[in-house]
Amino acid sequence: MPIEIPKIEPELGLIRPGEGPVSYDVIVVGGGNAALCAAIRAAESGAKVLLLERARRSYRGGNSRHTRNFRCMHDAPKGMLTDQYLEDEFFEDLLKVTQGNTDEPLARLAIQSSEECYDWMQSQGVYFQESLSGTLSLSRTNAFFLGGGKALVNAYYNRLEDLGVDVHYLATVLDVIVEDRLFDGVLVDIKGIQSYIRGRSVVLASGGFESDKEWLTRAWGDAAKNFLIRGTPYNTGGVLKNLLDKGADQVGDPTQCHAVAIDGRAPEYDGGIVTRVDCVPFSIVLNKNGERFYDEGEDVWPKRYAIWGRLVAAQPDQVGYAIIDQKSYNLFMPTVFTATKADSIPELAEKLGLPIETVAKTTAEFNAACQEGEFHPTELDGLATKDLEPAKTNWARPIDTPPFYGYELRPGVTFTYLGFRVDHDARVSFSNERATNVWAAGEIMAGSILGQGYLAGFGMTIGTVFGRIAGKEAAEYASQSA
Amino acid sequence: MQAKALEEANRQLAICNACRYCEGFCASFQAMTRYRSFDDENIIHMANLCHNCQACYHSCQFTCPHEFDLNIPKALANVRAESWESHVPGSVAAEKIQSNGWIIALITVVAAIMFGLIGNIPWISDENFYSLVSHNSLVAVFTPLFLGPLLILFIGLYRYWNTVGGDWIQGRDLSAAFHAAGTMKNLDGGMGQGCNYENDDRYSQTRKWAHHATMYGFLLCFASTSVATVMHYGFGLEAPYPFLSLPKIFGVSGGILLTLGTSKLLYLKTKSDPKLGVSDRRSGEYGFILILWLVSTSGLLLYWLGGTAAAGAMLNIHLASIAAFFLTLPYTKMAHGFFRLAALIREAQMAKA
Repeated sequence: MPIEIPKIEPELGLIRPGEGPVSYDVIVVGGGNAALCAAIRAAESGAKVLLLERARRSYRGGNSRHTRNFRCMHDAPKGMLTDQYLEDEFFEDLLKVTQGNTDEPLARLAIQSSEECYDWMQSQGVYFQESLSGTLSLSRTNAFFLGGGKALVNAYYNRLEDLGVDVHYLATVLDVIVEDRLFDGVLVDIKGIQSYIRGRSVVLASGGFESDKEWLTRAWGDAAKNFLIRGTPYNTGGVLKNLLDKGADQVGDPTQCHAVAIDGRAPEYDGGIVTRVDCVPFSIVLNKNGERFYDEGEDVWPKRYAIWGRLVAAQPDQVGYAIIDQKSYNLFMPTVFTATKADSIPELAEKLGLPIETVAKTTAEFNAACQEGEFHPTELDGLATKDLEPAKTNWARPIDTPPFYGYELRPGVTFTYLGFRVDHDARVSFSNERATNVWAAGEIMAGSILGQGYLAGFGMTIGTVFGRIAGKEAAEYASQSA
Repeated sequence: MQAKALEEANRQLAICNACRYCEGFCASFQAMTRYRSFDDENIIHMANLCHNCQACYHSCQFTCPHEFDLNIPKALANVRAESWESHVPGSVAAEKIQSNGWIIALITVVAAIMFGLIGNIPWISDENFYSLVSHNSLVAVFTPLFLGPLLILFIGLYRYWNTVGGDWIQGRDLSAAFHAAGTMKNLDGGMGQGCNYENDDRYSQTRKWAHHATMYGFLLCFASTSVATVMHYGFGLEAPYPFLSLPKIFGVSGGILLTLGTSKLLYLKTKSDPKLGVSDRRSGEYGFILILWLVSTSGLLLYWLGGTAAAGAMLNIHLASIAAFFLTLPYTKMAHGFFRLAALIREAQMAKA
């Protein structure tokens, strides 16, 4: 069966699939952490590597630009990591957030390999820093990149330059040509010029589809229109869809995305970390009708911020309003946008565009249900409401001390779960048979391990571990097939 | 100070403060974590802690073309330069000189001509240095030239100290500040990897070493002059001094360091990205480095030329460059050393609180 070729502008000495010389040993599709780790690892094996990044240079690195740490196993204090974090505890933490929705062998592989990643990353020019202020709870489990994810991405791109890897920016892969599980090449648009580039093997590391609002709408309905995307606008899942259509085996719930509650005034894309609003545990959260809808004090914020995206998404117009008073104003991280501020609850309701009477009533009922007791902002203090529906089970203090502050909340989509199913070599399969020369790493295959929920810093661990595996395997295959 | 630079810095810092990924780079970001929102004095303090290492810019997810359009190195550089200009008496002169580096050159040329005319200098020297120009006339010219600008600078520092709410200075504040300044701690990138400056997003130690050479070279030259003054007045030992004397050892080594350091800093500046530096004052920065270079290089040449016919002309150039350097001292980037030290002392006070 002849391979179907999409329409090609014959600009640059075009080579058709199956013809002409093989230009590269390894083609890496994507430009984030997993892609970079794969490209470095392949180039270190001596392979001739091409990396295709869809973004322009200043936006390179996909969602890795917005990360800040990776989760790392260690049996003794290691670099910036305190104490110890052993495999079983790590795996338990993963089981808790995924509720068992994980592939244990792959998960354990990621966990076990995370420790050597720390040293490897340093050897590639990544620097670590002490746990950021306000994140002391992560100093044992997560190693923070000095300067954050973009600094890590910069270090890796510099490493690629030193290794002589070819990098193209503004390069959108339109079609990955795979015939009988054998990869041949990619049709790519580079700065508006289309060409076909052959490779002996390919690593697919181009992320999820969270930035494709149409795709999200199919899963979420019209509600998706009001979603904000926390990361790169380039993760539209083109390559993922391209190969799923060609029969690649998939994993992860195709309709689900990971969403957190973020500031409703955040930009539609790429707002990143700064759009977080951490005041929910100390607040009451109202919907646009001025009513509460969930227990704001269910658990400490790091364990609950992830469910609030979904909770807000289920409210009318996908919007919520967190309201606090003066007592709580300094208890959480500063926000990027200033809060709406008022001297009374009715005034605040008016400024936020909420029904004044309902908000006043909801607040009064909440305040009346609050009980005397010790308030501890950093731990579950059991300070709960009485006879209130829904209850607030911790940090329930009356909202009664002006000035009052309000933050608009909207769902902020972080990543999607749908991806390729891979084996322990990061190899993609088609109809349950291993592909000959197709590997995948990062968000595009993370659904195997993170079936649901999220564990802070684990995305970067998966990307680093499987990026390195994929790069190594792809280079090995390329050298054997040469 | 103009509100514009402060407003822009405030806008940007509010975004930074919700992120804090750069916390490990330098003292500015560590200071930031103490604040929830920023008053003018907080911003001025952070701006004077900033060494323009540019690491935060290259690490930032939110730089242009992102709509947040963060450029902290530039925002703080603008506040910093304005803070010097607005705190020293004679703000207009400061602003003019900072944004018109050629003024420093003009002053040098005028001074050289004046020395030439007034000094009535014989072109052939004998053994005695002061046959070229009398010691007393040197002192008469340079003492007010030196003390006047220093006085202006210290008035500026005093005002600055009030602005940032400084406390009484204790020994440990000083030792922390001198340690940070002496090691250029805030140019080491936080983990000793160096800064981004001349080589895009790659880290490098070059600027730190060039600055070390410049700073320590300058201090050695200053030590040379100070020691010579003491020898002259205290012990009646007049120049010229033998090669193995303190003034010569300090002066020659300092001069070489200063010439090498400023040459390298000049080169690095041509490689740096003007978009990440101060607005409208780049010529003043060049002018300042050049005048330092001229002071040390003319001094070295003067020593090397010794008793030749060219020595007189070189002496004119040397003295003129020193005069221009001192005359403009509170109004050039030289101010950064003093204000930086004040900021480091203040930071030591606040960090321990």
